[in-house]
Amino acid sequence: MKLITVLKQVPDAEARIRAGSGGVDLDGVTFVIDGMDEYGVEEAIRLREAGNDVEIVALALGPARYEEAIRTALALGADRAIHVETDTDLDPISQARVLAQVVQHEGADMVLVGGKQADWDSAALGPALAEVLGWPHSDWTTKLELAGANVTVEHDTDDGHESLTMPLPAVITTQQGLNEPRYPTLPNIMKAKRKELAKRSLDEFGAGSGLTQIVDQQIQTRERLGKMVEGDPATAAAELVRLLQNEAKVL
Amino acid sequence: MILLVTTAPGGNLPKSARELVTVARQLAGGGPVAAAVIGPESAASQMAEYVPQVYSLSAAELEPARAEAVTAAVQQVAAQAGATTVLMAANRLGQSVAPRVAVRLNAALLEDVIKVSGTAGAYEAVRYSYLSRVTETVRTVGGDATVITVKPNVFPVADAQPGGSVTSVAPQLDATATRVQVGQRSAATGGRVKLEEAGVVVGGGRGFGSAEAFAQVVEPMADALNAGVASTRAVVDAGWRPYAEQVGQTGKSVAPELYIALGISGAVQHLSGMNRSKVIVAINKDADAPIFRIVDYGVVGDVNQVGPALTEAIKAAKGS
Ligand SMILES: Cc1cc2nc3c(=O)[nH]c(=O)nc-3n(C[C@H](O)[C@H](O)[C@H](O)COP(=O)(O)OP(=O)(O)OC[C@H]3O[C@@H](n4cnc5c(N)ncnc54)[C@H](O)[C@@H]3O)c2cc1C
Ligand SMILES: Nc1ncnc2c1ncn2[C@@H]1O[C@H](COP(=O)(O)O)[C@@H](O)[C@H]1O
Repeated sequence: MKLITVLKQVPDAEARIRAGSGGVDLDGVTFVIDGMDEYGVEEAIRLREAGNDVEIVALALGPARYEEAIRTALALGADRAIHVETDTDLDPISQARVLAQVVQHEGADMVLVGGKQADWDSAALGPALAEVLGWPHSDWTTKLELAGANVTVEHDTDDGHESLTMPLPAVITTQQGLNEPRYPTLPNIMKAKRKELAKRSLDEFGAGSGLTQIVDQQIQTRERLGKMVEGDPATAAAELVRLLQNEAKVL
Repeated sequence: MILLVTTAPGGNLPKSARELVTVARQLAGGGPVAAAVIGPESAASQMAEYVPQVYSLSAAELEPARAEAVTAAVQQVAAQAGATTVLMAANRLGQSVAPRVAVRLNAALLEDVIKVSGTAGAYEAVRYSYLSRVTETVRTVGGDATVITVKPNVFPVADAQPGGSVTSVAPQLDATATRVQVGQRSAATGGRVKLEEAGVVVGGGRGFGSAEAFAQVVEPMADALNAGVASTRAVVDAGWRPYAEQVGQTGKSVAPELYIALGISGAVQHLSGMNRSKVIVAINKDADAPIFRIVDYGVVGDVNQVGPALTEAIKAAKGS
């Protein structure tokens, strides 16, 4: 079977984000493969390790710098990669329409997509991709098992979790809890350099310029008092309550 | 026409539904607003207290809600109502369905918005990005329609404007819309005030060391404050607390008047779910814990000692 894992490259969660006049300033920021997407790569590898005959294709849509994240996926275990290169910040719905064309052309059985991207805080790509493809999807997946022509998953809902069974092909959005992603080894990083990375141009897909546009970005700031309350537990607790009542007025 | 879509868990309209009414009225600017209520007819009647035209979707195939079935139903009602703007709450279900609806309607999607203005075809919305560290403004620049998901607990709930009418709609669901089979479901245990709706939230982390210690300190404090209970991913992964309590990037996002973080280190992924709380208090034994960088009030100490002391002080203050 063929599994496609969709990748994004995002600022490291610990990186300090700054904003310039033109929006978020990513100069000098360390980029990593989106943590949410890593669970998808790992899951695909585990399906192979479980004895399934699996080809894993990493797929990414983004600027040239994404190549590093793609190489990471190749080093982790993806067999080859496709990079639709563009500097356009395309909204997730428009991205889904582009990626669906690649998926259709490849003829995959399952597409794994990170549950929420760490740059736009968007959870739309997976469901949108499933809709364009006409496939079912599971979002926020924490467990996945193949069962013949079906896949059975556990996923998180608003008030708990539930198990779903759906026919393949399907889109699965991944998140923490699904597995524990491995780190690439040095020999595999070297090997990844020789794996196939096909470059495509966004122009081939008739994407247009998108449905939404970001017009402003500001760093969210909120003044905090930063007051440390001292003393033994009872004294500190009493003082804290006094402050919450009289100063913050939230009790 | 602006159409808001809501489910009715337990047969009742959730608070988020009345927040959607506020947004819908605001965008309609006096023009018509309609609502689709997925759930029993009684919930649709509740909605008729707020919105002039209510479509009631009470088919068995929509319970429990599955993304494809809900998408098909929403598409049908949007066509019937002539809606070019569709509003849903940015909860799990909304975020799963809205992108599908957007694709079907060839619509632009504005996700998880905290402000929105403008008119159909030219909306401008404000939302968070970069793990809630950035506030961004997004504009729609294309599409035949707009689908908007609205962050819960941001907009005020709407006042009643009774007198709406309810139209029953039988959703046309083909085999594709119902192909996903729902198996075992587990819902959170109730009792306490809902985390998303709580004015005060007590959050606990791995600092407690055990599920028992967590429960012994956090629950009485939450009870004393009529607060919701939040957990970090570490705690949920350890099996101490249910996922429904998780706050952060992969959990819920809350912004109460007061958030008390107990034994929580303050990882960016956790902060992204609570950093917009009005007042933040933290108790942590490590003076260098990152959580202290965003507190209004902090205590360096052991949660198992300072926590119970705080609960007692709260009870004493409330009793007086
Ligand atoms: C893709 C991704 C998504 C994630 N999503 C989320 C999410 O949604 N929500 C979330 O919370 N996390 C999330 N995480 C995990 C996050 O990075 C942290 O690992 C997690 O928040 C840590 O939880 P914690 O603060 O309980 O534990 P720790 O980081 O272990 O912190 C425990 C704290 O307790 C303190 N402590 C210990 N003993 C005591 C004591 N006796 N008294 C007082 N203080 C004490 C310690 O000083 C420490 O600061 C995510 C991670 C990834 C990679
Ligand atoms: N005053 C604040 N109130 C709430 N969260 C904050 C505050 N300052 C920074 N943060 C959060 O703390 C984290 C690290 O911020 P920084 O160290 O500024 O990159 C980010 O998740 C910010 O959103």
